[in-house]
Amino acid sequence: MKELNIFVAAFRALQRNKLRSFLTMLGIIIGVGAVITMLAIGQGAEYSVKEQIASLGTNVLIISPGSQQQGAIRVGAGSMTTLTQDDAQAIPIECPAVAYVSPDTRANGQVIAENLNWATGIEGVGVDYLQIREWEIEYGDLFTDQDVKASAKVCVLGTTVADNLFPDSNPVGQTIRITNVPFKVTGVLAKKGQNAMGQDQDDIILAPFTTVLYRLSRFPYLRAIIVSATSPNNIELAQKQITELLRMRHKIAGVNNDDFTIRNQSDLATAATATSQILTILLASIASVSLLVGGIGIMNIMLVSVTERTREIGIRMSVGARGRDILTQFLIEALVLSLLGGIIGILFGVGGSKIISSFAGWPTFITAFSIVLSFGFSIVIGIFFGFYPARKAAMLNPIDALRYE
Amino acid sequence: MNSILSPESCGINSDLEKLSGVEKNSSGQNNANDSLIKIDHLVKTYKMGDVEVHALRGVSFNVSRGEFVAIMGASGSGKSTFMNILGCLDKPTKGTYLLDNINVGNLSRDELALIRNKKLGFVFQGFNLLSRTTALENVELPLFYNSTSTKLRKEKSIEALKKVGLAERIYHYPNQLSGGQQQRVAIARALVNDPSIVLADEPTGNLDSRTSIEVMEIFQKLNEQGITIILVTHEPDIALFTKRHIVFRDGKIKSDKSNSEPKNATEELKTIPSVDDEVEE
Repeated sequence: MKELNIFVAAFRALQRNKLRSFLTMLGIIIGVGAVITMLAIGQGAEYSVKEQIASLGTNVLIISPGSQQQGAIRVGAGSMTTLTQDDAQAIPIECPAVAYVSPDTRANGQVIAENLNWATGIEGVGVDYLQIREWEIEYGDLFTDQDVKASAKVCVLGTTVADNLFPDSNPVGQTIRITNVPFKVTGVLAKKGQNAMGQDQDDIILAPFTTVLYRLSRFPYLRAIIVSATSPNNIELAQKQITELLRMRHKIAGVNNDDFTIRNQSDLATAATATSQILTILLASIASVSLLVGGIGIMNIMLVSVTERTREIGIRMSVGARGRDILTQFLIEALVLSLLGGIIGILFGVGGSKIISSFAGWPTFITAFSIVLSFGFSIVIGIFFGFYPARKAAMLNPIDALRYE
Repeated sequence: MNSILSPESCGINSDLEKLSGVEKNSSGQNNANDSLIKIDHLVKTYKMGDVEVHALRGVSFNVSRGEFVAIMGASGSGKSTFMNILGCLDKPTKGTYLLDNINVGNLSRDELALIRNKKLGFVFQGFNLLSRTTALENVELPLFYNSTSTKLRKEKSIEALKKVGLAERIYHYPNQLSGGQQQRVAIARALVNDPSIVLADEPTGNLDSRTSIEVMEIFQKLNEQGITIILVTHEPDIALFTKRHIVFRDGKIKSDKSNSEPKNATEELKTIPSVDDEVEE
């Protein structure tokens, strides 16, 4: 009951000075709002960085054959012919951490379409290749599983190839000849742009790997098997499962070296995510400075308020307020200021983030964590910066306080 | 009896119980020998830097229930210091002060606050009302600091405001009230906790003569109801309305006389041409 009374008294005191209370709160409002907005922007940036890295294929594993050794001479990676189609088929069945698998083989050749020609690479892949690379078909369709089984002479063109062979017409349904083998174009890939090395990823033709193996390269071993893990976090697991499976399938026992290598891009992802996290922390720390400034504003106003209301404190003491009643009253005033400021600040932060999202087109993410953090922080600031003025008020001598003019 | 508020009993609620226990033990409001205040060789020395200022140099003084005392003296005579000690706002350097058999000199700050809340009512020269706070809320103030329910708080405050004739103006702010009315609000605030003593420090100092007598009329009526009143004044005219005159000089009591025939403020008011209250506003 008594505590409620003190709360009511604190609230009334703030009401009496509406403008000043609001201006004091403004410091906290801006602080909390800035922290929430900055965290939202930071987290949005982190998300879009992750998204972009994922599109590079952070959960992608590339399995390539190991190196060959003849006596003391070691030939480079991929020189062994150990990866088979059966390996590729076994991986999705035996490795639960693997989402998609596509065999990969490659041929190069001159491509002719009516009176135009173009030299490019032909990637022999499975139907899941586009899922692994997170690549879309712009128009037309990808070849089907049936086409793969039948080594059908169908292909999908990258945009660079399509632009060079069919500058004015729709390539879908047309026929091109790749080293004199006719292929029917079933679709055109979406533009992917350059990769991290500056290579044009759109200068490519995708065809069923079976067709490439049997009709173009005539070399029955896979250049690589491309695999995507179920999530970027499962990369290690997928790698372990694949290693075990392939060692078993290739009958590699004990300490003998693998006859294949598995590479992934998770290091890149880790580095990029770490960078964006540092960015978030940086933004939030800059914003928390304004929260701190807001807290000092509260302390300043509470000190002014204690001086200005010295007489009131004296009156309250003369009618029986104890030091701790006065302390509680001023502390609660500071707390109400920072709490209200915190709540309004959260609304501003959420609104500000939405506005930034819609106007600047940046993705923003407001997490419960950032709201709880900034709200908790504003309470702590209220208590911390309110305590000194409140204590000053509580320690006043009633006689001096009553005489204060 | 000093053990009633022993250091162990810091809990305010237990203090309240023990304080009310004392009140029951020493009930009997009309017993003239029952001392409400017993002061024995009270000394107060202030240190102003290296200089010691002897504000009180051994004051002994008893007040019984139902008395109406005026304390007079020139400025610097120690009467203000004396009032501060009486009001439990300050502690004596030496000597004992028993209020309702409680040795005030032994109490902590918090315990003094409790005494002020439960046993004393203050009326000041400058009214000391909270501005931008209604008359009702001002009167409610002492009840904020003890566990009075909101409903009871309001009832008691309205009752106190009725006693001083301000029932019609409970929602007025101090700046909407005349000086006399403000002082009546202050008196209502002093009364709201049913104190043992009302201490008034120059209550008429800021009021014109007619309003002063009106305030004295209220004090007289309250005193008739058995409330003990001690007031400080330097106006002999005002002291005439009280029943006992104590004069301070140089930190000591110079004279202590009872006034067997105090002036009746109600009668006095009839002789003064009436000033319409509304004009003052």
